[in-house]
Amino acid sequence: MSDATAYMLQRLSAAVLAPLVLIHLGLIVYAIEGGLSAAEILSRTTSTPLWAVFYFVFIIAVSIHAPLGLRNIIREWTGRHGRSLDWMMGTFALVLLLTGMRAVMVIT
Amino acid sequence: MTKILTVKIWRGGKDGTLESYSVPARKSQTVLDVVTYIQRHLDADLSYRFACRVGMCGSCAMTVNGVPRWTCRTHVDKVSQDGQLIIEPLKNLEIIRDLTTDMVPFFEKWEKAGGRFEGKQSRADKITAIDPDSKKRLAASAAIECINCAVCYSGCDTVRARDDYVGPAALNRAWSLFNDEKHTGQRKLKKSVKADGGCYTCHTHANCSQSCPVDLDPAGSIASLKRSYSMFGSRS
Ligand code: SF4
Ligand code: SF4
Ligand code: FES
Repeated sequence: MSDATAYMLQRLSAAVLAPLVLIHLGLIVYAIEGGLSAAEILSRTTSTPLWAVFYFVFIIAVSIHAPLGLRNIIREWTGRHGRSLDWMMGTFALVLLLTGMRAVMVIT
Repeated sequence: MTKILTVKIWRGGKDGTLESYSVPARKSQTVLDVVTYIQRHLDADLSYRFACRVGMCGSCAMTVNGVPRWTCRTHVDKVSQDGQLIIEPLKNLEIIRDLTTDMVPFFEKWEKAGGRFEGKQSRADKITAIDPDSKKRLAASAAIECINCAVCYSGCDTVRARDDYVGPAALNRAWSLFNDEKHTGQRKLKKSVKADGGCYTCHTHANCSQSCPVDLDPAGSIASLKRSYSMFGSRS
C-alpha cells in the first residue's frame, strides 16, 4: 500500500472514529453512573438495531485505523516494508474485524 | 579577566570523538566565531564550512548543544550552558570529517521531490505577468526564501527513521513550485510529491518549522501539499 493511500484511509477512518469514540465513552459513563446492571444494558442494546449499526461502523473504522498506525510504527522502528508488512497488517485488520463483529453480534 | 568558554568539538568521521578546547569569551560572539578561533589559533586542521557569515548562504549549519542551528547568526550567550558548548556536525547526514557533512543526499532529494523548475519560455518571449497579490504568488513568496541550510532536515525525526523520506526543505521547495504559474512540470511534481517518501510520509510534528532559522514553515507547506493533492484539494 502506498503512503498516500495509507494516509487518506487513516485520516478518513479517524474522522469517522472521533464522534463515535465520544458517544461510546459517554455511553459507558451513562450506563455506569446510572447503575444499570449487565442484564439491563443488554436489554437496551438489543432493543434497537441502532446500536448494532453504530458498533458495526465503529469496528470497521477501528479495523482500518489501528493497523495503519501500527504499520507506520513498525516501518519506522524496524525498517520492514513492502508486501510482507502489508500482509501482516491485513491479517491484524482481519483479526480486529472478526473479533469485533463477534462481540457486536453478542450484545445486539 | 577574560572569561573562558569550554568548547567540545566533534573530531573525525563517524567514529570520531569530542575534543575539548578553551576559547576566550567575547562580546557578541557567534558560534561560528568560536569555531573559527579554534581553527586559526588552536587546531589548524579542523574542518568546517562557512561562506557569507551573515545568514545568506546556508553553509554554516551545525548541531550546537544538541540543536541544529545556523552558527554564523547564533550568539554564544543565547545557547551556551554554564559556559559550555558542544558543537557537532548536522544529524541525518554522513559526516565527512569533523563538522563537515556530505550534503549530496540532501540536494538529491530536492530533485527527487520534483524541485527543478521547468519553463517553456525563452528570453525572446514576453514575460508573463504574475499578480503579486494573487493567492498563489503569496503562497509561493512565503515559502521561497529557503537558504538550503538543512537545519530542518537535520532536526526531522522522520528523515532519521526513513531513508527514502525527502524531508522538509525539498517539500517546501515543491510547494513553492506548486504555486509557480510559470512552472510547466506540474504533473511530474505531483507524481514525485505523492510518491512514497513524499509529503504523505511526514508526521506534521513541525520540528522543522520550529527550527528554521529564516522562519519558514515547511510543516505548513507540507500540510498544504497533502491537502492539495488529496481528494479534497481544490486543484491538482
Ligand atoms: S513536520 Fe514533517 S518534515 Fe517537519 S519535522 Fe515533522 S515529519 Fe519532519
Ligand atoms: S526550510 Fe529553513 S531550515 Fe530548512 S533548509 Fe530552508 S532555510 Fe534551512
Ligand atoms: S555562513 Fe552563510 S549562513 Fe552562516
